Amino acid sequence: MHERLDGEISSEHDRVLTEHLQTCPDCQRHMDELNRVVYLVGTLQAMPVPAGFTERVMFRLPKPKLKSGVQRWLRRHPILVAAALFMILMSASLLSGYNDRSAFSVTEHPGMVVEGDRVTVPAGQTVKGDIVVTNGDLVIDGKVEGDVTVINGKYMASTANVTGQIEEIDDTFEWLWYTIKDGTKKLFTFE
Amino acid sequence: MDTLIHKRIKQVLKGDQNAYSDIVNSYQHSLYHVCYRIVGNQQEAEDIAQEAFVRAYINLHTFDPKRKFSTWLFRIATNLCIDRLRKKKPDYYLDAEVPGTEGLDMYSQIASEERLPDEEVERMELKERIHYEIGRLPEKYRTVVILKYIEELPLQEISDILEIPLGTVKTRVHRGREALRKQLGDV
Repeated sequence: MHERLDGEISSEHDRVLTEHLQTCPDCQRHMDELNRVVYLVGTLQAMPVPAGFTERVMFRLPKPKLKSGVQRWLRRHPILVAAALFMILMSASLLSGYNDRSAFSVTEHPGMVVEGDRVTVPAGQTVKGDIVVTNGDLVIDGKVEGDVTVINGKYMASTANVTGQIEEIDDTFEWLWYTIKDGTKKLFTFE
Repeated sequence: MDTLIHKRIKQVLKGDQNAYSDIVNSYQHSLYHVCYRIVGNQQEAEDIAQEAFVRAYINLHTFDPKRKFSTWLFRIATNLCIDRLRKKKPDYYLDAEVPGTEGLDMYSQIASEERLPDEEVERMELKERIHYEIGRLPEKYRTVVILKYIEELPLQEISDILEIPLGTVKTRVHRGREALRKQLGDV
């Protein structure tokens, strides 16, 4: 009976059922009652949806955030995001170094005289190694066997007795370039 | 209709929230009606149907466009209905199956609204009576009977919505029909 009600009855079963129902009033009544149930349930009409239903649903939806467009873009371009993040972090670390450069500093070597923010290599003295002066002036009267770098200061030498390169830096970009060059050099020499 | 719905889904996923109102308009009648017949009253039915639409919206990115949207939406709604019915009754000791009734537990026996006095039942109009008797069916049978005979869905689709095997759907439809037959014997 249920096979028939489900619409899945084979023609063989259908024939057997029909024959049986003709001779068995109890089963016929059962079948009629089941058919009636199906019919009755089917007569239930759709309940009208309360007015303003769609509006209330739309009102309950989470508001689209302004950020969502940006977020979606970020999610779609992970490599660009990674590159941008790398750039930001790189420049931040470089610039943070630039910003606290106001302090005076010098690479110490024996024989150098430091007075305030003025460094002197007196006449007759020989400094072996590189000299870096930050936020100060450098006066060389003696001899330097190495490179000389002056950041945000003046380099003064009466007799240029420097065996290495001489650099004066007082511009952000030059400083940046110097830091990168220096960093790269350190990287490759494992200092 | 499915093509239009899939188009709207794409628009919503791209950020066009207003496109969702077309989806709501398309399914609100059938969804609300099914909820109403399962939970039995209009206030809760509206609440659940709305909640189903909101959840579908929030989880729309998880919807597989190769499938039927209505099946997915009805699954959300019927789950909410069933949760609601279970919350109404304490279920700590009722989950145990009653011996000899496969798939029928204590609480599905009392899940239906309380039984009304006979005189009151006799005074009901026919439609009211049918609704009342469906509401008295155990939740497991009620849901499949509603999807089959009110929503007129194929058994396979009911199986997909409720995520239960086709054979189980058939068994529940049979039992639901038999139970209703007995309950409606005097009509």
